[in-house]
Amino acid sequence: MTTDIGPPDYKTMIPPVVQRNYGKWLFHEILKPGVLMHVGESGEALYTVRAGSPRLLSTETIRAICEIADTYCDGYLRFTSRHNIEFLVSDKDKLEPLLEELARRSYPVGGTGHSISNIVHTQGWVHCHTPATDASGPVKALMDEIHEYFVTMTLPAHVRIALACCLNMCGAVHCSDIAILGIHRTVPKPDNSRVPNLCEIPTTVASCPTGAIRGDMKNKTVTINNEKCMYCGNCYTVCPAMPIADPDNDGISIWVGGKVSNARSTPKFSKLAIPYLPNNPPRWPEVVDAVKNIIEVYAAGARKHERVGEWIERIGWERFFSLTGIPFTDKHIDDYEMATETFRSSMQFKWR
Amino acid sequence: MAKSETPLLDELEKGKWPSFVTEIKKAAEKSPMANDLLHQLELSYKDRIGHWKHGGIVGVKGYGSGVIGRYSDRPDLFPNVQAFHTIRVNHPSGWFYKTDALRSLCDIWDKHGSGLTNMHGSTGDAILLGTTTDHLQTCFDDLSEAGFDLGGSGSALRTPSCCVGPGRCEWACVDSLDLCHHLTMNFQDEIHRPMFPYKFKIKISACPNDCVASIARADFSVIGTWKGDIRIDPAEVEAYASSDLNIQREVCDLCPTRCMEWDGRQLKIFNEDCTRCMHCINLMPKALRPGEEQGATILVGGKAPIVEGALLSWVLVPFMKLEPPYEEIKDLILRIQDWWSENGRSRERLGELIKRLGMRTFLRALDLPATPQMVKAPRTNPYVFFWPEDIQQEVK
Repeated sequence: MTTDIGPPDYKTMIPPVVQRNYGKWLFHEILKPGVLMHVGESGEALYTVRAGSPRLLSTETIRAICEIADTYCDGYLRFTSRHNIEFLVSDKDKLEPLLEELARRSYPVGGTGHSISNIVHTQGWVHCHTPATDASGPVKALMDEIHEYFVTMTLPAHVRIALACCLNMCGAVHCSDIAILGIHRTVPKPDNSRVPNLCEIPTTVASCPTGAIRGDMKNKTVTINNEKCMYCGNCYTVCPAMPIADPDNDGISIWVGGKVSNARSTPKFSKLAIPYLPNNPPRWPEVVDAVKNIIEVYAAGARKHERVGEWIERIGWERFFSLTGIPFTDKHIDDYEMATETFRSSMQFKWR
Repeated sequence: MAKSETPLLDELEKGKWPSFVTEIKKAAEKSPMANDLLHQLELSYKDRIGHWKHGGIVGVKGYGSGVIGRYSDRPDLFPNVQAFHTIRVNHPSGWFYKTDALRSLCDIWDKHGSGLTNMHGSTGDAILLGTTTDHLQTCFDDLSEAGFDLGGSGSALRTPSCCVGPGRCEWACVDSLDLCHHLTMNFQDEIHRPMFPYKFKIKISACPNDCVASIARADFSVIGTWKGDIRIDPAEVEAYASSDLNIQREVCDLCPTRCMEWDGRQLKIFNEDCTRCMHCINLMPKALRPGEEQGATILVGGKAPIVEGALLSWVLVPFMKLEPPYEEIKDLILRIQDWWSENGRSRERLGELIKRLGMRTFLRALDLPATPQMVKAPRTNPYVFFWPEDIQQEVK
């Protein structure tokens, strides 16, 4: 039994053209949506073809991808930080045949420049125990509807979409242009017969951001102050005897305006746009429509290079709500620890 | 024709985007586990609720980390996913693969598991989705034989990840691929044997575009940067000027510090005012390049909301040179982990601990100087602590 060998050395996984030009790239160009050309100081070029992926892949599909990479890329490929597949082509003559083959096999090629690339997402009902929604389903439903934005570069700037199936926010939901987040709306129900055997009570009490949980030491269980609970589900994460999932009340919230890059403005968190939409499998039409609406209003109103968050900060939040037609509610007003920092302490606002 | 048993999921085989349902069905042709997964998922779509039981602690010998246990809450209906554990496999830096390595991963997984994967998990690992408890050790042994090791899970150092860096990007200011591999190898014990108050993530982006979202998704964020002047190629600037790029409007007017001047022929950058946001370089990659003195800014504390609210990492070390054998950064990581292990509460992320005890305490523990680069603005409240030695002692 060998342990602690770590991952394969990346040096054994990079194509010869990368080895030769490693750290000596001079510039790049986007030749067309999904196709990049990187040129080294040596004058040598590497062509990259980026293809969309459902992230959840069967070994059969991985083998098919390998076959393509063997034919056109001398057996080299990579995956991106948004789960796309990149075919690394060193022979320019193989570029068009590769694109034709991908088209034949219906792999979408795109995700470069001012496009909507893949959706960073999580496990959902496929594998997690704490989700308030599915991940793969809503992602598929949405990408089908906004496919055109993946294969073209017509937006003012790139738009990053992410989905997390619960408030743990695995992935990049808290810093994306548009984010889809699974939420609960009902208080968990402690099972007093199971809490004593399954849960560590102090950990459960400490898991609550609003201090809604108290230990009931006499009965070796916990009690929840329903008024203080905002259904985050973190107590269920640490204590299995406090189930929270509720098919009729779980659903999805939509967030906007986050970014991680430093270009122009500093990184930003996403902010609440829509507090609740229902889980409506298999195609989540309410969620798909809401996201499409935001994309379309943004695409029509934003200036070139302006990310969603930068556009909203320029026009103002009151205008974001009036332009998108999204109702503003009391749920949009922060009431957690630093809430007052988000209040408008000025006379500068628009009437709509 | 027989009526489909998965009418809801079948809907998701339509449309232009590649379908995860098709992927599960492909695997289901060979694997009874994948077949039961498909049918349990259909039930979830009907019930609008997950059907996995809470938690599950399983693993391989010698490690406390790397496997996520999972059990169906309907083993009566779906006996083949009664146990359906995930194995996290540490990916090569930058997710570069040679096809023979990927094929060996597929062979091992077809032998031991459901034939389903995620390429990749958000932290970076290759995710092998679904196997039984008795296959864990043998699967691990085969992986290890093929040169793969497990990634992190639990209260451990999680699998570090990085952007494509010098492998294929002219903006790379640090060798993100090499540093990622080096740190992963150096901290194998911390990855495989959970020993911290909570999880700890390292991500490395080679420039401020931050293509692995290090600032948002890592407790310890390494982001490449430079000192000195942006390199300008005047001939290429002219070429852009005669293209459809409007240099004044699209480049100069959007510069956050307005440190650029364009007179229609010549581009001037007042570098002392530049904050290296990357916008001008992003727009004119042929004409502008990062400066020659390169290194990284180290930021700490990034995390998702639970428990105390989401945090973006903030500046700890404004500039650090990063060259093999990377002693300075390894030493910094060790000192941070020591302080956190000593002071952190159970399930308290580094960012939350610094918030609770204060940056001044953290900086003193690390013996790092306070600098204005660490803050957006100095404090506005007057509730200032002083150290005892700052105070004039009573005269005897």
